[in-house]
Order: sequence, then structure tokens, then C-alpha cells
Amino acid sequence: MKIYHIVSTLILCTGLLACADRAPNTKAVYMLIDTSGTYTRELDKAQKIGNYLLGTLNSGDSLAMARIDSGSFSEKDIISKVTFDMRPSMATTQKHQFKRQLDEFVAAAKPSAHTDISGGMLQAAEFLNETQAQQKYILIFSDLEEDLVRGHIRDFTMPLVQIRVVALNVTKLRSDNIDPRDYLKRLDEWEKRVYEGGGQWKVVNDLDRLGKLLDG
Amino acid sequence: MNISEIITLWSENRGLSLLIWTVLLVTAMYLARTSAHQSIAAAMRSLRAVMRMTATSLLALEQRMTKRNKQVILQAGQESTELAIEREFQRVNVIVERDLSGYPAAQRTMTDLIERIESDYQASNETPPSPPEWLAAVDTISRIDKGNDSTVGQVLQSIQETIETSHEETIKAYRKSSLERLQVLKKMLPSWRGLSKTVTSVSTAVTDLGERSQLIDKLMDKYERIRRKDDQVARMLASSSLTQFFIAGLVLVIAMLGGVINYQLIALPMSEMVGGVSEIGGWRTADIAAMVIILVEVAMGLFLLESLRITHLFPIVSSMDDRMRGRMVVVTLTILTILAGIEASLAYMRDLLALDREALAQSLSGVTATNVEFRWIPSIGQMIMGFVLPFALAFVAIPLESFIHASRTTIGLVSTSVVRMLAYVARIAGQLLYQAGRIMIHLYDMVIFLPLSVEQYLHRQKAAGDVDDSEDAIISSEDTVGGIKP
Repeated sequence: MKIYHIVSTLILCTGLLACADRAPNTKAVYMLIDTSGTYTRELDKAQKIGNYLLGTLNSGDSLAMARIDSGSFSEKDIISKVTFDMRPSMATTQKHQFKRQLDEFVAAAKPSAHTDISGGMLQAAEFLNETQAQQKYILIFSDLEEDLVRGHIRDFTMPLVQIRVVALNVTKLRSDNIDPRDYLKRLDEWEKRVYEGGGQWKVVNDLDRLGKLLDG
Repeated sequence: MNISEIITLWSENRGLSLLIWTVLLVTAMYLARTSAHQSIAAAMRSLRAVMRMTATSLLALEQRMTKRNKQVILQAGQESTELAIEREFQRVNVIVERDLSGYPAAQRTMTDLIERIESDYQASNETPPSPPEWLAAVDTISRIDKGNDSTVGQVLQSIQETIETSHEETIKAYRKSSLERLQVLKKMLPSWRGLSKTVTSVSTAVTDLGERSQLIDKLMDKYERIRRKDDQVARMLASSSLTQFFIAGLVLVIAMLGGVINYQLIALPMSEMVGGVSEIGGWRTADIAAMVIILVEVAMGLFLLESLRITHLFPIVSSMDDRMRGRMVVVTLTILTILAGIEASLAYMRDLLALDREALAQSLSGVTATNVEFRWIPSIGQMIMGFVLPFALAFVAIPLESFIHASRTTIGLVSTSVVRMLAYVARIAGQLLYQAGRIMIHLYDMVIFLPLSVEQYLHRQKAAGDVDDSEDAIISSEDTVGGIKP
């Protein structure tokens, strides 16, 4: 009789544990870093954002960083990617490792000839959808001035459903100072493309307000 | 049709239409005056009757509850007094078994000691050797006048010396004898002390027994009063129960705070074991696991104290045979110790995780990590807390039992007060409704004061000759408004 009691208790406990599901509020962040032209000088800011993300994201969250170069729709542009382990100690170790890779990239980054932002976003969307996270973010650290290699086709609707795109540190170009409408037009065009793809758009230029970066 | 249309039903002029409405309304009210008065009065009387009935029922319920509460309080008091008397008898039994059971032996010891002291005393009474009997005669002779005869002088001198020698020998013998007696008396000292100790021990036991018997007398007196269902003792027990309720409640709150601290100590490291992300019903699994561990510790503490018969929450445990209870004590204590060990290790892990996080935060903010001195002190402190808190929480069973027992009485007392208050409110509400009915009747008459005045005027004109009848009519109409006498 006691055996039956123990077995039934074990079954009950197993059932209870089976109810344990993956947290619905996991986040996945893909950060694109522009390395074109003079933007390599802004990399310390990207590093700061990366550090902030490492300090903010928790177990179960995913983080990836990739550079934007001449052809960004490629896995080789990914600097580092990780899904943090369920155990906090392991997650901390992964963060240390991620930081090391980011530091190495910043130290050795070289400017690229062209700027394929759309390709990077496509790669990011692919990664984010694979994570199956509840909240998906693409952070674009760029001036949003796309400069494609001749022959590259990017003028199509991007699959950005349920993805929040945040443009960071969108610097004003020299031409923007002459005619600020160029800057505004650039932002509007990207906003339009993101909304067309089913995503959401936000611009954060003040890096002292990173606290609002991953707000719902 | 909206309100505006209804208002302007008789005329486009809003004022005129309103006036027509008023006239119609007043006329209708005047015509329906008697019926309206009776209806209002009847409705309010009914409501008052309902309220009074409710109040009466509530008061009856309150009396039943008071009676029941008294029974509960007396029953609880009787049980606790029985327990206290039983405990006192057990203590008396212990005293009798421990101290007074050895009384025959103590008595024998005392007799032996007394006999020994007696013999020693006899020994110390031996008379010292007396001086020789011829010494008095020699002394007399030595005192004879010597005259001038040298021979006689020599003889007397010799006698004198003999006397002195004899005196010295006697003194020596006396001293020796005194020394021997002192030695004998010295040998008596341990016997005296032994006797004194035995007597003191018996005296303490008897005094303790006397105190216990006084206490038992008091408890028996209280028990008798409870059996007689004495009101004073019921009030005393209720007051005691309330005090117990608040004290136990306070201790439970303290225990809860201890539980919260314990929870904080193990919730973070628990995510290392069950994962830091998964959730059950919107709660983090790690948090639930930490909570479960604490609750299991409390439950083990409950069973441990129950097995030790300190608490009596589960009759099945109390009624177990001693061997089974002993096993249960061992099992619960073992589980509790294991859980305490787990908590201590989790607390240590928490410290490691905190250090790890701190190092990461410093690394991310670009600050060079520094080694803090005496970092091991909080680590050890957390481990000790992790080990001690489960045992401290185990004792929550004692205030919990008191709280449960006292809450029965307290809830009864509070419920009685609430019912009494409701009865009071029902009675007041009934009276207020009745008075409201009277006010409504007066207000009704105020609205139709114009036709009423006309009516009264006509009455006065018609019955101008009969003043008395007219006055009676006015008094009647004033005194019994709508059938309700003021």
C-alpha cells in the first residue's frame, strides 16, 4: 500500500513539474553594428550598449551581435551569439565570454567599403525567429545610410513580424546639416520599411537613456 | 419620449406646462392622500417589524453563540487545567521517586551517624586522671611550720617537691586527656556535616513537595470552578485566550519574517538547481521550490514537536506507541538536518553567485575588480543562517498550536460582537425607517398644502357652529397623520 502511495506521489510531482513551462517573457536581441567609413570611431559607444545588454539580459534570453559590412546577409558577420543558460552561474560565464569577443572585435574592427543594413536586418530576423523568444529586438547602431554593392537586391518587404527595431545613435551626416530633411527622410523611409514588414520602429539617440531600450 | 418632451407635453411654454403638471400632480396626490398615507405607514411599519424580528433573531443567535463560546472556553480551560494538574502530579511523582524514595536509606544513614556521634561523645566524656589521694595529706604536712629544725625543713622541702612533681604530672595527664577528647570531637565533625547535609536534602524535598501541593490545590480550585461553569473563571479564561491569541500571532509574524529572510537566502541559488527561467502558473519555479523547501521544513518541525509530544495538533501522532514516535523523531530530525545542510550550501552558493555577478558588473562597467578583505565573514554568516533558520522555523509549531486554539475562542468572541452589533443596527434601522415614514407623510402633506388648506377652511366654514367638533377634527388630523400616532 505504501508503494502505491509513493508511486502516486511521484506521478503527482512529475505532473506538477511538467506544468513548468518556458518563461513567456524571454527576450532575444540582435545588434547590428555599422563599420562603414568613419563609423568605426563610434564603436566604443556600441561597446557600451553591448555591455548594457549583457548586464540587462538574463537566463533564457538570447543576444547576438553582428557587423554591417558590404554584404551583411551572412553568418560570418556575426561577432558573437549566445542564448544564456538556465543556470545563473553558467549565464554569467557566457556573458564574460561574450564581452571578451566584443572587446576583441572593437579592438580589431576595420572599416567596410559598403553598408548593407537590409541584409543585416534579414539575418537578424532569421536569428530572432529561431530563438522563439517572446520579445524580439533588432538594434541598429548606424547612421542608416545604406550603400549597397552594385547588384545586391534589397528593395523588398522584410519579414519583421513582432520584431521591434530600434535605431541607435543615428548620427547626422555632413549633408544632413545642409538639409535636415535628408535625415528625417532617411528615418521615415526606414520606419516605413519596418512597418511594412510587420515590425515596430523606435529611435534612441541619447545613449544615456538605455534604460528604455528594451521597454515593451 | 424623453423627459423634455414629457415636460412640454401640455404647452410649448415650459413654465406653463410645468405648472399644469404640478397642478395635476398635486390634485392626484390630494385625491390619493388617505391611501398614500396608509401605504407609507403600512410599509414602514412592516419594515420596522422585519427589522425588529431580525434584531430579535440576531440577539437570540448571539445568546446561543455566547453560550457556545462559554462552553468552548470552559472546555479548553478544563483540558488545559487537567493537563497542568497531570503535569504537577508527574513532578510530585518525580520528587517522591527521586528524593523521598531514598528516605529510608537517608534515615538509616542518619541513625548510623547519630550512633557514631553518640559513641564519640561518650568517648570524649572520659574523666582525666585525678591526682593521688594521699596528695592532700602530704600537702597539709608540707604546710606545717618548719621552725628552726633543718631536718624537718628538709623533710618538708622534700614533701613540697613531691607535691609539685605530682602536680606537674597531673597537669600533663590532664592535657593529654584533653587532647584525646579533642581528637575524638574532631572525628565527629564529618559525621555532623553528613547529618546536616542529609537533613537539608530531606528538607528541600519536603519544601518542594509543599510548594507543589499548594500549586495543585490552586489548580484543583480552578478546575472545580470550571466544572461549576463559574462566570468569573470563564471571563478569566477568555481574557487569557485573547492574550494568547495576540502573543502567538506576534510570534507567528516574527516566524514569517524569518521565513521571508530564509526565502531570500535560497531563492537565487535555487535557480541553479531548477533553472532561472521556467515558471509554474506565473511564478518562477525557483521561487516556488525555495518556498516549498521552507514549508517542508516547517512541516518537519511540526511533526518533530508532535512526536516529542510538545504540541498536540495531530492526535494520530500523539496516540502512536513510543517506539514508533521515537522512529518518527529520528526521521523528522534527520530530514530537518539534511534540509538545513542543503540550505547552508545554497546560502554559500548565493554568496558565490553574488560575487560572480559583482565581478561581471565591474567588468562591464570597466572597473578593475578589487579583492575585498574579510569577504569570508558574510559567507560564513550566510551559511550559519542557512543552517540555523530551518531549526528555528521548526519551533513555529508551538505558537501555531496556541494560535489555532486561541483563534477558536477569539473568532467566537468577535463573531458574537459582530452579531450583537448587527442586532443593534437592525433595531436602529427599523426605528429610523419608522420615523422616516412619518417624515414622508408630513412631506406628502406639505406638497399638497394648498388643497389641504382649502379643505380645512371649508371644514371650518361648514362646522362654524360646532366649535368643539371642529377642534376635535383638527386635533385628530394633526395627531394621527396617515394612521401613525406620533
